[in-house]
Amino acid sequence: MSETSKYETVVGLEVHVELHTKSKIFCGCSTSFGAPPNSHTCPICLGHPGVLPVLNKQAVEYAMKAAMALNCEIASDSKFDRKNYFYPDSPKAYQISQYDKPIGEHGWIDIEVNGQTKRIGITRLHLEEDAGKLTHVDGGYASLVDLNRVGTPLVEIVSEPDIRTPEEAKAYLEKLKAIMQYCDVSDVKMEEGSLRCDANISIRPYGQEKFGTRAELKNMNSFRGVQRGLEYEQWRQAEVLDSGGEVVQETRRWDEAQAKTISMRGKEEAHDYRYFPDPDLVRLTIGEDWKERVRATIPELPDARKARYQADYGLSSYDAEGITASMKLADFFEESLNYTKDAKAVANWIMGELLGYLNSNNLDLADVKITGQGLGEMIGLLEKGVISGKIAKTVFKSMLESGKLPQKIVEEQGLVQISDEGAIMEIVDKVIAANPQSVEDYKAGKEKAIGFLVGQVMKESRGKANPGLANKLLVERLNG
Amino acid sequence: MASIFDMRLQDVHNKLRDKEFSVSELVDAAYKRIGGTETDVKAFITLDESGARAEAARLDAQIAEGGELGLLFGLPAGIKDNIVTEGLRTTCASQFLDNFNPIYDATVTKKLKQAQSVTIGKLNMDEFAMGGSNENSSYHATRNPWNLDHVPGGSSGGSAATVAAGQVYFSLGSDTGGSIRQPASYCGVVGLKPTYGLVSRFGLVAFASSLDQIGPITKNVEDAAYVLQAIAGYDELDSTSANVSIPDYVSALSGDVRGLRIGVPKEYLGEGIDSGVKEAVLAALKVYEDLGATWEEVSLPHTEYAVATYYLLASSEASSNLARFDGVRYGVRAENPDNLIDLYRKSRSQGFGPEVKRRIMLGTYALSSGYYDAYYLKAQQVRTLIKRDFDQVFERFDLIMGPTAPTTAFRIGEQIGDPLTMYLNDICTIPVSLAGVPAISVPCGLADGLPVGLQIIGKAFDETTVLRAAHAFEQNTGHHTLRPQL
Repeated sequence: MSETSKYETVVGLEVHVELHTKSKIFCGCSTSFGAPPNSHTCPICLGHPGVLPVLNKQAVEYAMKAAMALNCEIASDSKFDRKNYFYPDSPKAYQISQYDKPIGEHGWIDIEVNGQTKRIGITRLHLEEDAGKLTHVDGGYASLVDLNRVGTPLVEIVSEPDIRTPEEAKAYLEKLKAIMQYCDVSDVKMEEGSLRCDANISIRPYGQEKFGTRAELKNMNSFRGVQRGLEYEQWRQAEVLDSGGEVVQETRRWDEAQAKTISMRGKEEAHDYRYFPDPDLVRLTIGEDWKERVRATIPELPDARKARYQADYGLSSYDAEGITASMKLADFFEESLNYTKDAKAVANWIMGELLGYLNSNNLDLADVKITGQGLGEMIGLLEKGVISGKIAKTVFKSMLESGKLPQKIVEEQGLVQISDEGAIMEIVDKVIAANPQSVEDYKAGKEKAIGFLVGQVMKESRGKANPGLANKLLVERLNG
Repeated sequence: MASIFDMRLQDVHNKLRDKEFSVSELVDAAYKRIGGTETDVKAFITLDESGARAEAARLDAQIAEGGELGLLFGLPAGIKDNIVTEGLRTTCASQFLDNFNPIYDATVTKKLKQAQSVTIGKLNMDEFAMGGSNENSSYHATRNPWNLDHVPGGSSGGSAATVAAGQVYFSLGSDTGGSIRQPASYCGVVGLKPTYGLVSRFGLVAFASSLDQIGPITKNVEDAAYVLQAIAGYDELDSTSANVSIPDYVSALSGDVRGLRIGVPKEYLGEGIDSGVKEAVLAALKVYEDLGATWEEVSLPHTEYAVATYYLLASSEASSNLARFDGVRYGVRAENPDNLIDLYRKSRSQGFGPEVKRRIMLGTYALSSGYYDAYYLKAQQVRTLIKRDFDQVFERFDLIMGPTAPTTAFRIGEQIGDPLTMYLNDICTIPVSLAGVPAISVPCGLADGLPVGLQIIGKAFDETTVLRAAHAFEQNTGHHTLRPQL
């Protein structure tokens, strides 16, 4: 990326989040994912002649909750507008959206990149209906239309152009996802399309105030994809400028397989959506009491939890950020603390063993059976010396799979640590007899050989020997 | 046999209950009359004779069993073809929807079923309710029963003509800028446009959502009160429907108008109003005077901007409302398109008639980036001023009266090449629609052998006063008993 070093990147993100209401935003159809095509439809969401929309109050409240969690000001007087365009995914040929009176405006969230906290502005959050899904048949002779998704409530969250690097973009998305999850307004699963992201990106020479010409980037299907797409695009734009060219305003598609962005359409093909207030819906008036009722349903958010974990438990910023990135993980952390006082140990196990296991197997916390109680009690057993660190890893693995409590696992598998000196001495003698070379090395002053011998004791005891005791007895015997 | 439909609704109801005649006989009478007059009048697009006869048989069986009869029990009814009827073709008089069978019932269709009227068929109109003569129908021009060379008005021309011709007991129409009142006036029948929000729009194929209202067309005011009773009321499927309590409209018809204060806008009796129309309206006002009401001239100063305002707002909304007709999911699809855009373009070019295209283009233009403020937004502001005109007059008056239309029915073909003149026929009805208040057109005599309509405009949701005044007029004049010779 050395070529881009004289340019500053400017990014703004547009994120669509599907709200997980039971029914659609303007009719009673179910919003559940994965049903047979066109089975969750009715004359209203199919846009049949004569139908009218009726606003789902739950969708409004979820949107308000999300906007509040993003520190937005909530409109007292809001409305819905029609965005007109012809496409088979939109059976009415207009999308009901919000144009100039969004539910939320002027918000912000804090992100952390490389240990630095940065505030990213939120321009607006508005409520709208989702479109249907098109599947283009191979060969291009037809497209299949599934209108199950039509009318699923969405919020569109538009950031200020405050993001300066692809890493910041990724951190912004992660924080946004965490906040939506904490608020329990969306499943925020990018792979199911319940969170989607488009990006506006431009570059400018450092020191220049005016923004460069931007490209709109689409089709990024993961947070990693967003980061990679932006990395590619900032490189591409720098190449264009460095070779004396001009960046053109256009929409580009990120192609994951080719790892590059491809032009979709230019500015001149931009739509005139002819927004106007939807005459089928009445104005949305949001009174102070309604706002307060919704505000009261917002739980403690990631930033507040993170600060609390650092202050109360002395966690590092990095660990606190990692644990609070998911509410389920943070709840798990707190549950563990009902069974042990050692918060740092809990954090280490979560950040190390637990996340390592989940990430390498591409799993979610909900996919494994371990409980906070299990982890807390296991740390208790470690403290008391009932199990060794090595056994703890075995117990941990077993808890992931079975969900059993550690005491039970230890008993069932006979994993209790051996702290009986006589029993360990027997093993020590066996090891000394079997490894004359190492004994000689040690006696010749190679202190390191003791490590090998302790390892042999552990191996011989199948990990159950108290390692400290084994070390002590070995030294005694060899020096004796 | 036409006389059976001239009987008062309560009498028909009682005679059905007492088995003096059956619903099947009523339905027979309707189709017999249609058989004798329809080649002249051409009020219908689709007749549902087998469905109607089956329903009549069911209702007759219900009488045999005894029990409660619905409010409109057994009455043969026609429904304008922009109100959806499950399983019964609904075309909006557009060849685009020639093959369209709705998969659900409009709320008013459901309400008619609850009230147990019998649907005879679907009535002709101007395509997508755009027009005032029925000449914009894709199918045929309906003719005025009073003079077959003249238009019945529109867009609910079929709905007015069928009642005037005695083919059905009552019909439903829809009114966006006068589409119930003007054809009622031209055909010498009673047409009521309720307050915006009183009758659910769910299932009315939208032309201009902020203006459209469904209402009854009947031979007399009492029938209108009954039909309104059956179809009015809050509907949770229509966000713009008003959650107001519905009074007993029929019992409000006391015949007493003493002390009523009537405002007569000078703008409605000025230039462009036919002298015969003006005479009939002034004579009607004299009747009210004699009955103990008072009237004086008032002004609705923004009237001159109403037509322009209406055509911007209604066309803007229509350009969006009609975008869903693309030939993809329903309606007639163009053959052999090159691609998706071509499919849209061909289907819409072939499907829509010239007036509909004109208004889609006008509305698309008015909403376009760079023009929105000058056209759509400005028109919304003028609409507010027009509404305020009415509010101010209603501070001092109970009702506003004037002609429904500036002239009587014109000749078929006379204005079709001149849309601007055609648009000005709605000068007295459009402001009322923009204000959202209720109005009725009642026959107030003939001019040169063609009916003239008196328009009675009331305060929002004050249909009872409108109906009471209209009914009192009718009882003291008898214009409504005049029938065309067919």
